[in-house]
Amino acid sequence: MSGESSAQSASVAFGKARAEGRGTLVGYLPAGFPSVDGAIEACRVMADAGVDVIEIGLPYSDPVMDGPVIQRASEQALAAGFRVADVFRTVEAVAATGVPTLVMTYWNLVERQGAASFARDLASAGGAGLITPDLIPDEADDWLAASDEYGLDRVFLVAPSSTDRRIAETTAACRGFVYATSVMGVTGARAETSDAAPALVARVRAAAGPDSVPVGVGLGVSNGAQAAEVAGFADGVIVGSALVRCLLDVEPATGRAALRDLTADLAAGVRR
Amino acid sequence: MQSTGPDESGHFGRFGGRFIPEALVAALDEVETEFRKAMDDPAFAAEFDAMLREYANVPSPLYEARRLSAEAGARILLKREDLNHTGAHKIRNVLGQALLVKRMGKRRVIAETGAGQHGVATATACAYLDLDCVVYMGEVDTQRQALNVARMRLLGAEVIPVTTGSRTLKDAINEALRDWVANVDDTHYLLGTAAGPHPFPAMVREFVAGIGREARAQSLETVGRLPDAVAACVGGGSNAIGLFHAFEPDPDVRLYGFEAGGKGVESGRHASRMSVGAVGVLHGARSYLLQDEDGQTIESYSISAGLDYPSVGPEHAWLHDTGRATYEPVTDAEAMAAFGLLCRTEGIIPAIESAHAVAGALRIAPALAAELGREPVIVVNLSGRGDKDVQTAGTWFDVLDEGAVQS
Repeated sequence: MSGESSAQSASVAFGKARAEGRGTLVGYLPAGFPSVDGAIEACRVMADAGVDVIEIGLPYSDPVMDGPVIQRASEQALAAGFRVADVFRTVEAVAATGVPTLVMTYWNLVERQGAASFARDLASAGGAGLITPDLIPDEADDWLAASDEYGLDRVFLVAPSSTDRRIAETTAACRGFVYATSVMGVTGARAETSDAAPALVARVRAAAGPDSVPVGVGLGVSNGAQAAEVAGFADGVIVGSALVRCLLDVEPATGRAALRDLTADLAAGVRR
Repeated sequence: MQSTGPDESGHFGRFGGRFIPEALVAALDEVETEFRKAMDDPAFAAEFDAMLREYANVPSPLYEARRLSAEAGARILLKREDLNHTGAHKIRNVLGQALLVKRMGKRRVIAETGAGQHGVATATACAYLDLDCVVYMGEVDTQRQALNVARMRLLGAEVIPVTTGSRTLKDAINEALRDWVANVDDTHYLLGTAAGPHPFPAMVREFVAGIGREARAQSLETVGRLPDAVAACVGGGSNAIGLFHAFEPDPDVRLYGFEAGGKGVESGRHASRMSVGAVGVLHGARSYLLQDEDGQTIESYSISAGLDYPSVGPEHAWLHDTGRATYEPVTDAEAMAAFGLLCRTEGIIPAIESAHAVAGALRIAPALAAELGREPVIVVNLSGRGDKDVQTAGTWFDVLDEGAVQS
């Protein structure tokens, strides 16, 4: 167990927020966008503006769970020559802020390197763990073993269409938190939050029992008001596309200013 | 059904499975449950059979190609799937799945298409069975295959050009998956090949397995015994698995799959997943795929759009690993030479996909004859007709007059 991650689990950040009587804010940005250093800089802005947990997306050629905003950012990162190894440098720099830092990745990029090798590199970079949108626990034997060996969080997804049995099993397989997708769909900001989300969170809590990992709700949240609403029934609020959009098609400095404002708005939202 | 896999969780050895968002698990479970029920229901089998016979012109003949055989040094039997309605084996799969959609009580069907053949077949089945049809097609492909876009629209389908990624087949699949995640309550994703997450590889195989069952019986009837080898082209792999499946338990029947060798495997411009690809996960299943060191998908290439896909159905990956089937690349040039030969010796214009299978059969014939010490019998799946490829072939052989209409 010598390789065990020195990073704090995301659950520590959730616990701290809960002790303060508020929701946890989880912010997503892709690595390598607009550049490797630009992404690190942007993550630091989020950390500075009050985000509790950072998810770093690993750009992939075939991101089936992502909507247009994250697809475009990922395509730009890949076109600029982003390599998977760059994510470990990114994690190392971002985790140095003290904010628990996870990587969100499609499975093939991990499988290509080997789950154990990937887990080792992530742990030594100070990463907290992985969020895996196209890996279900049924197919995750290698990752369950590797994440155990290196003491990493493993965040699987549950959906409104999941049966109670799957919700219980998937949540039990999670460490750090469980990612509840609020709507049936891909990533992207939506005008209104979903009415399926409170029901899903309630089902997770009922199915997983009192010792359940915290529940984060993602897909569609884009402003402080929506964050406040979601924080009213879930442990955490996960925001991706709205943050990424701050950085699309603008000068980096302008983008970071918008990112700072939105993060602050969201951070205020989870404290309402 | 033969008990050759997959296992209960949808794996063929280490291949297959379900690498998909959790949101789709319920839908895949529903498809699997309804499919199993349908397979146990004689009424479903009877209806599917009647549709194939009355509407799709199935069973297709097994035709002894005598002049081609003389050139090949082997007795070549062509399984004439090119004579099916819509001109390819694909009608079997789309009718099977569309009938299942009716059973599931869904109204909306989505599909991906590369060159447009599966899109046209799906639009056909949806018109025939009164279902709404939306087809995702890479923007690049909509421009290359404008006539197929028109065909789909004539059949009442909506065609949505996909403008993300490489704007070709793999991106059309990505977009169809995104649509399915968002609309899974009323929508079925009618996947066009024996790939993707479980249960698609097993289900599509079942719907196309008539190819091999018919060919096996027809071979016994025509030549009085089983063939020494069967040959098919392999894109996603549905026509090949449809041919192979009935022969898998026959140890003396060699199974040959021919992948697109494009401009030559060494050129990097090909779709030879099993020759040079590595094991990985794409579009819901573990299989062989074209990927770089990082695991990013590499775009495939072939003169034939139907073979131009960076991954392959998981059962083929498994048959490759077990050695039960042999997979070899066939280049554009080899395929086009076979295309020309079949046109001139038999009066059959094949799909360029199917020409890869003919080329492969020509290649294996001499060694097989030497090994057996007699003229071998080879069944070749002529999976589709070549009307769609006349522009490409006309350009290749330089027989198009200047100003000829673009297809």
